Amino acid sequence: MSTLLSPIKDVHSERRMFLSRVVLAAVVSILLLGLVIARLVQLQVVDHELFAEKSQGNRVRIEPVPPIRGLVFDRKDRVLAENLPAYQLELIPEQVVDIDDTLKRLASINLIQFEDIPRIKDLSRSGPRFKPVTLKFRLTEKEIASFAIQRPRFPGVDFQPRLVRHYPDGEFVSHAVGYVGALSTDDLQRLDPALYAGTSHTGKTGVESSFESDLHGDTGYRHLITNARGRQVPSDTSELLDSLPFDETPMPGANVYLSIDLDLQRIATQALDGRRGALVAIDPQNGEILALVSAPAFDPNLFAVGMSTSQYRELSENPDRPLFNRAVRGTYPPGSTIKPVLALAALETGATNLTRKTVCHGYFQLPNIEHRYRDWKPEGHGPVDLHDAIAQSCDVYFYEISTEIGITSMHDYLTRFGLGSETGIDISGERPGLVPSVEWKRNNFRGDDRRWYDGETVTASIGQSYMLATPLQLASAAAALATRGKRFRPHMVAAVEDALTGERRLVQPERLPDVEISNDFYWQNVLDAMHDVMQGPRGTARAVGFGAPYEMAGKSGTAQVVSIAQDEKYDDAELEERQRDHALFIAFAPLDEPRIAVALIVENGESGSGVAAPIARAVMDAYLGYGDDAP
Amino acid sequence: MPTWDMVTMRLNETHRMFTPRAAPLSDFGGVLRRLHIDGPLLVALLLVCGFGLFILYSAVGENNRLLVNQAIRLGVAFIAMLIVAQLPPDFLRRWTPWGYIAGLVLLVLVLTIGEVSQGARRWLDFGVRFQPSEALKLGVPMMAAWFLHDRQIPPNLGQLAIIAVMIGVPTVLIARQPDLGTSLLIAASGVIVIVLAGMSFRLMLGLGIAAIPGALVLWNFMQDYQKQRVLTLLNPDSDPLGAGYNIIQSKIAIGSGGMFGKGWTNGSQAQLEFLPERDTDFIFAVLGEEFGLLGVLTLLVLYMFIIGRGLFIAVEARDTFSRLLAGSISLTFMVYVFVNTAMVTGLVPVVGVPLPLVSFGGTSMVTLMAGFGILMSIHSHRKLLPH
Repeated sequence: MSTLLSPIKDVHSERRMFLSRVVLAAVVSILLLGLVIARLVQLQVVDHELFAEKSQGNRVRIEPVPPIRGLVFDRKDRVLAENLPAYQLELIPEQVVDIDDTLKRLASINLIQFEDIPRIKDLSRSGPRFKPVTLKFRLTEKEIASFAIQRPRFPGVDFQPRLVRHYPDGEFVSHAVGYVGALSTDDLQRLDPALYAGTSHTGKTGVESSFESDLHGDTGYRHLITNARGRQVPSDTSELLDSLPFDETPMPGANVYLSIDLDLQRIATQALDGRRGALVAIDPQNGEILALVSAPAFDPNLFAVGMSTSQYRELSENPDRPLFNRAVRGTYPPGSTIKPVLALAALETGATNLTRKTVCHGYFQLPNIEHRYRDWKPEGHGPVDLHDAIAQSCDVYFYEISTEIGITSMHDYLTRFGLGSETGIDISGERPGLVPSVEWKRNNFRGDDRRWYDGETVTASIGQSYMLATPLQLASAAAALATRGKRFRPHMVAAVEDALTGERRLVQPERLPDVEISNDFYWQNVLDAMHDVMQGPRGTARAVGFGAPYEMAGKSGTAQVVSIAQDEKYDDAELEERQRDHALFIAFAPLDEPRIAVALIVENGESGSGVAAPIARAVMDAYLGYGDDAP
Repeated sequence: MPTWDMVTMRLNETHRMFTPRAAPLSDFGGVLRRLHIDGPLLVALLLVCGFGLFILYSAVGENNRLLVNQAIRLGVAFIAMLIVAQLPPDFLRRWTPWGYIAGLVLLVLVLTIGEVSQGARRWLDFGVRFQPSEALKLGVPMMAAWFLHDRQIPPNLGQLAIIAVMIGVPTVLIARQPDLGTSLLIAASGVIVIVLAGMSFRLMLGLGIAAIPGALVLWNFMQDYQKQRVLTLLNPDSDPLGAGYNIIQSKIAIGSGGMFGKGWTNGSQAQLEFLPERDTDFIFAVLGEEFGLLGVLTLLVLYMFIIGRGLFIAVEARDTFSRLLAGSISLTFMVYVFVNTAMVTGLVPVVGVPLPLVSFGGTSMVTLMAGFGILMSIHSHRKLLPH
């Protein structure tokens, strides 16, 4: 037995020692694995809720679903802005075998440009490999047809539908409706990021911008199951969807009904005939804008689809400034169009009366001053009373009474008609214009120029001398004349309609303080004179009012040019053209129950009665149902 | 009043009465003994491997090809276990030094002509590709046990120094590949032999204190990614998408599993690929997510049974070599289980240690099962000695 053992070994003590070590090792093992078990209990029982939530957050991605933008209609329910499906060409990087070859071949069939290839390659590398890259927005039908045939040759390239804002009559309504454009970084700072999470475009100008909150709608949410790389996992294959929170459907934006009439927009645009100018027509009984045109206009679809840098440069650097909304932002000397207002001021302040006559020799001089203030008619109008002075637009009569009215009263009455401050129309960007006053001059000039001179009062009486007004303000003033002092805030949106329920919220006309004139006879006389401008025997625009089946009133104006952004690169002939006087006209009709008031300007049109008045007539004819293409 | 002896006697009688009827079972036991197989250990191993395949099927995304692949590896490993179980411990002991030296030569060859893959030189290709470091996993504890077999234990300081060299040389060679995880595990298997051999606790404490400067030196030797793993453990949230990502996602997987789990193949962390290395080092997290606390406890209990059975075999062993080797194999297995589960639950740094018998991959499986083969050999070849 002992031969089996090494002679120096103590077998029994070794066994005892070994046993004790094994027991110790077992205890250590139990402690170590117990530690792991304790940890598991901590993770799976104590902190289970926390980790369950984290795991949920891991796999569920909330994807915003953008709402469908509300539509814009005109007063006869014709669509001005809609959303049309358009096809765009997309490339899915992970499905493309050879991206260089694919892009080269796409360029060779003119679907993309060769110079865009590096940019597209960068795009396709930057995002997840399964995320499509847009190669081209809005394919034409021809492009779709030709690509459809070639599609098998381009694995990973396909066209996809999406909704694009579309303005079917864009060039006629671009300054009224405005346009949407891709969200810029500025927009993103201004807008609520949660509300715009899925949105690509936002209103930039016009009604699209000012009624953005109505048109946009509410973003919905969809819960997606995604894997670690953010790729959506097909929901039908997975029981993982079980405990998902509900999706939220997007709420479509409200439809907006405008008071403008597409026919009037078209007629006014065509009547302006490619000239620079603006026209605003208002319903005097409630302040609804019937037409708001600024010419030249532009195609708002370019902004909605997205345009190239060169296209944008062409628009923004065009010397005719098509992007500039002259109707609300263009400020012009109103010229003689303010004479009816000044006539009321003169009568009301006693500066003149209805019988006072002046003999017009074609010029006027202030006492002790050499300077001759000339009438537009060099030979003079002869003896004129206030009525004649308006109908024939005699400047000398107004020069004479100007110092008696005084700049302070002029300012007072012009302001009551809404000049010199924003009208508060429901689109943004409006300019206040300027009605000068003694105080204004003191605050805005230095030295001797701070004084208000009598000579300035004289020229102010024919709408010059610093005086500036927008076509919108003039239209609003014309409307106030038409209604004998009843004023409404001009507005373009007549109703907002919930796209789901069809419930309409009508925009109530907002009454502004009346222009109070003590004697109704004064109104009568001034409006008669305006009537004679167009339909009297010696009216400046009698040729325009001739033969009309209804009675109308108007007042022409011709204003010396105060340049709006002159560029230096005009050639001489063009420069000369751009220094000609602006032609203005205000009008309303019918005389007794006015339904439309119009103001317009034709830049460098020279003659208010000759160039501007026919356009006003055409618009009024159309609206009152006497036009050639009246509905 | 029946005494305790009577009860025992009656029980024995009952036992005798039933034994003939259980003849097929006892025959089966006889077969196992003749094949030198330890029944309880075999059953536990089969249970773990079966459970492992079940989890793996989910972790590889229900990929049948990979599953079959793993099943074949398991089969090969079981055959290796059966073969090793036939070799008597005395035979193993005699061949230990030669095997050890051959292992060292191969390690040197790896460092000179080994194949480089993923920045490390770990493989040799002599027609068959293999990692010599795997052989040393058994070679080192066998060598230490061989050295102590004829000597009085506990070993004295001089003997300890010799064993330290025996452990140290392969450890350093493997660390140079670099393969820090394996080298540390091999060192541990050797150290376990010394501890089981009765090295005094005072000495261990002293060495432990002396090891602190050593740890600092080691820190300087560590690659940047290894340092990063340690730092990440201390604060995984410091770099949630980088080095800490694995631990964070694995904790989320396990924690979200709760008591009963999300169900087989329904773990969102694992199935949606948030969990990295879900079929290899982090497969324990898949288990935790899909089967919950219940599932991980089941696996841990099976592991504990295997470790316990191994320690029992060690205690029952008849000679020093067998005892120390069996103890080391069992406890090294315990270290594997602990390091992997502690790593996946965020208790220790991420070191590339697979979950034994469950993780996908076959390299270490054969070594592991060969180890269990040795345990079976030790248990089935023991000579019955009177006490």
